[in-house]
Amino acid sequence: MHPLLRTVLQRLALGLLTLWVVSLIVFAMVEMLPGNFAQAVLGQSATPEAVENFNKRAGLDRPVLERYAEWMAGAVQGDFGVTFSSLTNTGGTVRTVASVIGPRLANTLFLGCTVAVVAVPLALILGLLAALYRNSVFDRLVNLTTLTSISVPEFLVGYILMLFLAVRNPWFYSLATVDSETSFWQHIARIGLPVLTLVLVIVAHMMRMTRAAIINLLASPFVEMARLKGMPPSRVIWHHALPNAWAPIANVIALNLAYLVVGVVVVEVVFAYPGIGHLMVTAVQTRDIPVVQACAIIFALVYILLNLLADIVSIATNPRLLHPR
Amino acid sequence: MYDLEYMKVLAAKGKVSRREFVQFSLASGVTLAAAQAMFTTAVRAEPQSGGHLRMGLAHGHTNDTLDPAYWPDTSTQVMFWGNLSNSLTQVDEKGEIVMDLVEEMEPSNGTATWAFKLRQGVTFHDGKPLTPEDVLASYNHFMKEDSESPMKSVLASVMEIKADGPDMVIFELDGGNADFPYLVSDYKAPIMPANADGTADWQSGNRTGAFKLESWEPGIVGRFVRNENYHFEGRPYVESCEVRSLTDVTARTNALTTGEIDWMARPDLKTLSLLERDPNIEITEVTGYAHYVLPMLMDVAPFDDNNVRLAIKHCIDRDEIVAKVFLGHGTVGNDNPIPPNVKFAIDPEPRHVYDPEKAKHYLEQAGLSSLTVDLHVSDAAFDGAVDVAQLVRESASKCNIEVNVVREPEDGYWTNVWGVKPWSASYWSGRPTIDWMFSTAYQSGSSWNENHQSIPHFDDLLVAARAETDEKKRAEMYAEMQQIVHDDGGQIVLIFNSIIAANTTSLAHGEIAGNWEVDGLRLAEKWWFVEPEA
Repeated sequence: MHPLLRTVLQRLALGLLTLWVVSLIVFAMVEMLPGNFAQAVLGQSATPEAVENFNKRAGLDRPVLERYAEWMAGAVQGDFGVTFSSLTNTGGTVRTVASVIGPRLANTLFLGCTVAVVAVPLALILGLLAALYRNSVFDRLVNLTTLTSISVPEFLVGYILMLFLAVRNPWFYSLATVDSETSFWQHIARIGLPVLTLVLVIVAHMMRMTRAAIINLLASPFVEMARLKGMPPSRVIWHHALPNAWAPIANVIALNLAYLVVGVVVVEVVFAYPGIGHLMVTAVQTRDIPVVQACAIIFALVYILLNLLADIVSIATNPRLLHPR
Repeated sequence: MYDLEYMKVLAAKGKVSRREFVQFSLASGVTLAAAQAMFTTAVRAEPQSGGHLRMGLAHGHTNDTLDPAYWPDTSTQVMFWGNLSNSLTQVDEKGEIVMDLVEEMEPSNGTATWAFKLRQGVTFHDGKPLTPEDVLASYNHFMKEDSESPMKSVLASVMEIKADGPDMVIFELDGGNADFPYLVSDYKAPIMPANADGTADWQSGNRTGAFKLESWEPGIVGRFVRNENYHFEGRPYVESCEVRSLTDVTARTNALTTGEIDWMARPDLKTLSLLERDPNIEITEVTGYAHYVLPMLMDVAPFDDNNVRLAIKHCIDRDEIVAKVFLGHGTVGNDNPIPPNVKFAIDPEPRHVYDPEKAKHYLEQAGLSSLTVDLHVSDAAFDGAVDVAQLVRESASKCNIEVNVVREPEDGYWTNVWGVKPWSASYWSGRPTIDWMFSTAYQSGSSWNENHQSIPHFDDLLVAARAETDEKKRAEMYAEMQQIVHDDGGQIVLIFNSIIAANTTSLAHGEIAGNWEVDGLRLAEKWWFVEPEA
């Protein structure tokens, strides 16, 4: 079997194992939190009778292991169960976890893809140029700007952009409120500011890694050979150095893309964007266990798949690994 | 000037546009600025029909549901009660009962039996007429055995409900209650259509309210369209409305200033003065029944000794708290949970003000020279609770009382801290009648009795006053009860907080209700656009 294929299959198997462990850990942690859904939602109104009624209906009075096993059985078949909020009374319209998470996940992926499309090429180009003109004014300026933007907390970046680009000068929408009725282009227009914020936040990491990887390679013998042959610096970098730098660059990109799906809850709140990060935070606060479990699985899956992709890229760009003797 | 007055009348009726009015006024010799102002005042005087209202609320979860049992915050309350449904009665801006789905009510049997006559011609959104069966099904939903609705404890005194003919519903209570019409005005008791099997249909969103539910994405937005057959003539004024959940206060404020929404809930107190400067923004402030409290458990040491409780009550500087934490937006409390605008409210004497000498005196009476207590707070109780605790610590230190501020996490606050720790923080949205407030939170055994108060004389008075029809006697009883809570109770009432909201000047309104937020939760029904776009 081709070693690349074998690696992929191994990774997938490991990925499944990781998913299972993640589900166990998350389930255990939410169990350990005090309170339950009825208490969290009713707050002051949570009389003992109301809480008990809800617990019985949600099956929360059964032992932990039994509940986990039942959830696991359903999840494996793709049925993530029903949210607690639809169990508030007998005969209610059940809201499946999938129907609640679906649109939110779609929104987050839309935002993530847009940011990736903008940020990744930008980071690569900046990194390449910085490596090309290293230690020049351009290089130092780019480094300074990106390091500043990554050091400032993202909600502050968001507020500053909102102030200058939406409130003072109405160039962008201040709120990224989208719903099922927004058209594709309206959606793009609405997420202008969140995209800008997130781009500023993630470009630094990718750009600096690109620059470092390439500069590192510039000390190797084959690059020295290419230079001695009289090749222009751009061709040396583009044709000889860059192909070898893909492995670390791909890893950094994968990490940042995963962050875009999992970690943007702060930006979601600032711009009122209905994404999955905010959903998970709310679900944890209200102890809506099925939603929390499903979100955790999705996040873990995103990390696993992206890491797998990065590894595939690393192998594919390395002929030694691609065609082993 | 005669013609100008006539133009103003026309403007109020919407028959002349701003441009025409201003042109006419200029020709009459009025300045441009004055003409603009005159037009706005004239138009605001009378409601105009039309327009699309966009509201930004501070709450909204993916967990929200159409079931009235689970409406913990303004998003569900405004969308599904204020916009969508009606209860049997309503409380107006003055705190009086107004007829809603009920046309007449007749108490008998010493206010233990109430006969409600339903309003004629009321239909649900799908055209089905309102019948007593719908009322029965709805109330059964709130009161049944496994109901999780908080209405269940409110309606605990109801023994039986029955239909009597095509438009009468009779409620039998286990004791007299002259304030029963107030109880059925609650937002937790909307009337829903009955299913064939006698249960209530809460899922479809088919109700009797001013708006029909067009679409709803939980935690994001709810869209509503005007109900043309609404039983209050002329209302709602706006053609349609959307209610957005914008939990982050900065996002919400920006949405208002950039024109994405027309009305916002709960602006940040600290930036309120900046908002006020914007000429296109109007700030509305209403004093309602809501209040913030620091409840002490009366059955846990050291708070089981009334001298200690009185010492604590005198070591808190309420004026400072209202000025510094709430920036003056509210009325200073006097350890009486009844707000001054409720019928039969009194201001118990002597007022509990910051008095270190008195505090020390009460400590001596309790046999202590100093005291150390923990105060458990979190901003989950109310915004600013932690700041209040810091101020309490400072002011108490001069009374030989050391207050240890314990900041609790917001998560799980209502389970682990409120009603559990001897001294914590809490909030009330308040009730329009004394009986309701006291029955909910101060009667022995009530599930929301956060002080664990159990004063037999108080409980007796409460039951007696409920059925008392002689106004003077009732006033005396309620005055005595308020004095008891003030002197012997475990409740520290800090402030009756103002309900603050902001809106663009394109919206106009009448007097704003203070019983619930968002103009009694019915803002979309009562407000109108000064110049609706066609």
